[in-house]
Amino acid sequence: MQYLLLIYEAENARADHTEAQQKEMLERYFAFNDYLKSKDAFIAGDALQSVATATSVRKREGKVVTTDGPFAETKEQLGGYYLVEAKDLDEAIEFASRIPAADLGTVEVRPLMVFD
Amino acid sequence: MQTRLEIQRVYREHHGWVLARLVRSVRDLDLAEDALQDALLTALDQWPVRGVPDDPRRWLVVAARNRAIDELRRRTMRSKKNDELEWLASLEREVAAGEDGPIRDDMLRLVFTCCHPALAEEARVALTLRAIAGLETEEIARAFLVPNATMAQRLVRAKKKIRGAKIPFVVPDEDAIDERVAGVLAVVYLVFNEGYSATHGAQVVRRDLCKVALRLGAALAQLLDDHPEAFGLLGLMLLHDARSAARASESGELVLLEAQDRGRWNQAQIAEGIRVTKQALRLGRAGPYALQAAIAAVHAEAPTADVTDWAQIVALYDHLLARAPTPVVALNRAVAVAMRDGPEAGLAEVDALADALDGYHLFHAARADLLRRLGRYEAAAKAYTAALAAPCNEVERRFLEGRLAEVRGAR
Repeated sequence: MQYLLLIYEAENARADHTEAQQKEMLERYFAFNDYLKSKDAFIAGDALQSVATATSVRKREGKVVTTDGPFAETKEQLGGYYLVEAKDLDEAIEFASRIPAADLGTVEVRPLMVFD
Repeated sequence: MQTRLEIQRVYREHHGWVLARLVRSVRDLDLAEDALQDALLTALDQWPVRGVPDDPRRWLVVAARNRAIDELRRRTMRSKKNDELEWLASLEREVAAGEDGPIRDDMLRLVFTCCHPALAEEARVALTLRAIAGLETEEIARAFLVPNATMAQRLVRAKKKIRGAKIPFVVPDEDAIDERVAGVLAVVYLVFNEGYSATHGAQVVRRDLCKVALRLGAALAQLLDDHPEAFGLLGLMLLHDARSAARASESGELVLLEAQDRGRWNQAQIAEGIRVTKQALRLGRAGPYALQAAIAAVHAEAPTADVTDWAQIVALYDHLLARAPTPVVALNRAVAVAMRDGPEAGLAEVDALADALDGYHLFHAARADLLRRLGRYEAAAKAYTAALAAPCNEVERRFLEGRLAEVRGAR
């Protein structure tokens, strides 16, 4: 079963990091990636640029309307994701809890739709 | 007619057992429930004519499982997926061979799934009552004072999440089990308290929740026999429930522990509660349930309120406070201190909790009671007024109003 792990955290918290902290964070993510791969669970994963670069798009009555910014203004923003293969929700939760951002932010676990 | 009632009784009593067996085989709660309903209809049809089978539980499992396999076969024919075909074949082989495995594990798996932390608390409660205790959706809805449709929706949504997000039917790993057991026990205690705090005489169905919780608690103590808190919770519920007849007066007014007619306590149940509590304490380091049960046991063992062993109760609260350092526990401890050392000493401890418990009616009620006993009626009246300003239930409100009138008259 595939699960999308959506990583939400406060962007400004990350911006305040010192260079050493950033390096440490990066290393923790590399270690997490290796862990997922060792479990044959890694399908995809990326970090996103800041919501300052986000554009929201809607099409209404045939007309494309774009607005600057994310879909919803929230205290924590979508900052990255992993797509993993897990045997059940317990394993997906286990993976999510190991994402470094789970320490301060929130990881939303969403099972992918399976079309029969 | 007799048979019909007998069937209903068998059905309710063994609902969790039979469903757990089915879920293990078919791995789908909805399918298992539907199949069991079908089996019940067949039983209602056949048993009055042919008589109740020797092993009705087994009969229900076999009948329901055959229904479920039929349904699975239909679905698999449509989808023609290889892995499903293989699984169905293995299931049929398993049934033919009569391999069932220990029922204990089946029950535990179902219990842990119903109480999975990824489900909302209210959904855990509803699922546990429906699947394990075998209550009808309408009964659960009435007990929790929500419309039938709301409760049905809650159950549907929970089952949809179990299936969709693939919440597994498994017993948690060693490193997670203590936390998960605590979660399961919390669900049962919530059911008990919902019944225990029900105050309206007409709502018998809510009071029945206590009996349901006791039944679940006894089943859990059997299933989780190496977990002291499972026994602790059962002991606690038995001891509280044993006093329920004395908790309200004829007119439905609240009667405090110290004023209760101890002759109306259920002594047989108290003995059982104490036995179970001792078992919890023997099994290992006492957890919060076992400690609360031990406190209830000390109360229960006192023939009159005057001879209560308050030193022992304070000592138990010290342990409880170390395990569960919450302001409410500290408040209860302070009240015990007042009983041991006098109201003055208790009042000092209660006052220290003012910041943490300002919005809690029982904090103000405890203060008011100590002030009343110290003869400081003016201050007591103020504190009763503060208690009445905080949320509390109808029976408590009447009790507090009575006390308020009393201290006003004494001024």
